Amino acid sequence: MNFELSDEQELLREAARGALSRHRTLEAARAALEDPDRRLDLWETAVSAGWPGLLISEERGGAGLGGFDALLIAEECGRVLASVPLLGMLPATAILQAANDETLEWIAAGRLRPVYLPARPPSELEPGWTVQPRSGHARAAAPRARAEGDELVLDGEVSFVPDAPGAELLVAVGVDQGGEPLAAVLQAGADGVEIEPTMRYDATRSLAHVRLSGARGRRLEVATETPADAWYLAQALIAAESLGAVQSCLEASVAYAKERFTFGRPIGSYQAIKHELTEVLRQLENARGLQYYAGWARESKPDEFPLAASAARSSAGGALDFAARAMINVHGGIGATWEHDAPLFFRRAQLSRRLLGGTHDATDRVAERTLATAA
Amino acid sequence: MDLNDTPEQAAFRAQVREWLAAHRAEAPPASGSAEDADYIAARRAWQRKLAEAGLAGVTWPREYGGQGKGPIEQVTVNQELARAQVPGILDVIGIGMLGPCLIAHGTEEQKSRYLGPMLHGDEVWCQLFSEPAAGSDLAAIQSRARRNDDGSWTLNGQKVWTTNAQFASFGLLLARTDPDVPKHKGLTMFIVPMNAPGVTVRGLRQISGEAEFNEVFFDDVQLAHDAVVGGVGNGWGTALTVLMFERLTIGSGAERYGSSDALARAIAADPAARRDAAVRRTFGEVMTELLAVRFNGYRALSTLAKGRIPGPEAGLAKVTLVNAGIRATDLGADIAGPDALAADSEWSYLISFLPGLKSAGGTEQILRNTIGERVLGLPPEPRLDKGVPFSELRSIEKEAVAR
Repeated sequence: MNFELSDEQELLREAARGALSRHRTLEAARAALEDPDRRLDLWETAVSAGWPGLLISEERGGAGLGGFDALLIAEECGRVLASVPLLGMLPATAILQAANDETLEWIAAGRLRPVYLPARPPSELEPGWTVQPRSGHARAAAPRARAEGDELVLDGEVSFVPDAPGAELLVAVGVDQGGEPLAAVLQAGADGVEIEPTMRYDATRSLAHVRLSGARGRRLEVATETPADAWYLAQALIAAESLGAVQSCLEASVAYAKERFTFGRPIGSYQAIKHELTEVLRQLENARGLQYYAGWARESKPDEFPLAASAARSSAGGALDFAARAMINVHGGIGATWEHDAPLFFRRAQLSRRLLGGTHDATDRVAERTLATAA
Repeated sequence: MDLNDTPEQAAFRAQVREWLAAHRAEAPPASGSAEDADYIAARRAWQRKLAEAGLAGVTWPREYGGQGKGPIEQVTVNQELARAQVPGILDVIGIGMLGPCLIAHGTEEQKSRYLGPMLHGDEVWCQLFSEPAAGSDLAAIQSRARRNDDGSWTLNGQKVWTTNAQFASFGLLLARTDPDVPKHKGLTMFIVPMNAPGVTVRGLRQISGEAEFNEVFFDDVQLAHDAVVGGVGNGWGTALTVLMFERLTIGSGAERYGSSDALARAIAADPAARRDAAVRRTFGEVMTELLAVRFNGYRALSTLAKGRIPGPEAGLAKVTLVNAGIRATDLGADIAGPDALAADSEWSYLISFLPGLKSAGGTEQILRNTIGERVLGLPPEPRLDKGVPFSELRSIEKEAVAR
């Protein structure tokens, strides 16, 4: 039994923190709200740190690391709201690695950037594969896929795809006539592919609606579990980003609670503030335990990964929502002003909870997985 | 990052599993009433068997009859007991908290007299700390021990929330021996024979109507000079040792919780509940919290196994567990409707039991204060009692109320 980070993992995390600390990410997050061109492009940083190849095997030019390590990097990016396209890229590389695809070396070298078109696996209440809809509560059907030789022909739309603008490759999951998932890799510039960049509330996240109209891509031969694994990896990654952001919210709030005085006392001495901040800590610690669970399960207990990743997302999503609001509360009026950092974390929380199926969908998945094993 | 056993741990687990397979038929049921003398006798006998097999006092040093092993092995034993669906030791408080305190602070005579019978279940112990006016603020206790001319002591006062006092042979008791110094300084720890003249144990009925805890009264109880543990005036430090061992037991976590298992079965068996989005949302949140406690337990255990003591933040697991238990119970009972409140319902007992658990081992609010101050480094609350002799405290408090 050892449920702590290894020395290598500590080093990996320190290196990521060091690389990101050279950029003024929060300043850029604010500036990009008024001018999207000022969004800090950290692709070069990601490439020189080897992050595109995190989940790609060493023989194909990658680092050959596991999901656990990827989550540590995502946590560091989330901590400073860095615009590093891990959420779109890593699930895509997981599918490509499973197919041992010919593009792996190029991706690991940072020459091609793939993006994952998230498709949600069936569930008890929603028996088909679905994707994020453009608007409204009902999920949209996943793209239809038809095999033609080594190719797949895809039709359908996936909305609010993280990190899609600027990607060279799309890794899509579509369903065949029998409802079974098939995976393909497409050129972003292929006929029938339309990528409509968009932004919502959090300028650090680059999103796009992706429309496929008879678009052709190379079919990827993967195990039946692989498309679902990519979905849950994306859930775990957004959880890890959220956890990092919670940590920053807590640090800033605690520091302020020690130095701000009211009625002759530091506000952190009031139980109302102290208890709100220990609640942030409680939720943070719970989310961290579940991040470890998710990272461990992906390597050692793949059967439990859907439960673990969903629990991590549910926990970290709720924690970020709470922590960002607490950060505004603790700072009082100044926390609700444009110049302050609190609104940047609040914006991150607001968008994150609604992407990739939403935080509540992950909570429902925890319920479903647990009920499935209840005798 | 590895939840698997090392070869040595796997060998230990196999040995424990083999013994339990051979002896599980001799075990009493996993639960029963503390007021049922036959059941308690069976649990004592089972503890003796566990002790003889090396499955009690796993982390105690060998010289006191323990196994000299680490916290991981203790958890292995707990896991295997749960797997075999048999109860563990009866005297969890003695072996888990009070025995280790005696090992740390007791005299050689005390250790050789008390530890063996404690380990084997011949003498069960109880913890006599909390009082009606001193719970979370434990150092405010009023039970008073006065030294007699011959060096013996006379004890007067009242303790409350005492588990196992009905059948305990001894209690470890915190008493005030010097009221003229600040409250943390004038305390002393004593060993009290529960059959001494002047000791009265009375069941404490709770919301459910059952008496799982006791009140204990002390009227001119005579204690010998060698009843003191850890030195006169050092009671607070000695008590902190007990509380530290209490915290260490947090990491030895259960992996399943009765209320959530029952809830999962109730939802799975009720098609309307199973399709209800609100039921699923609450259930998913509760299960997420319980999973977090389980995996944070592994984190705490890894810390312990490296010889470090988990910080006070480990106490947050208790906050999470109790509140998740309350939500699970409410949801299960909501699904069942008014029937959940029938006297023999599995929900009604939990509904009655859990509200009080929020204050067990210190209230949730005090725990949040402690963690806010010790872990987050937030400034402390203003307080009236700092540096004030205990004997003057009451009048200062009265003055504050009058202001």
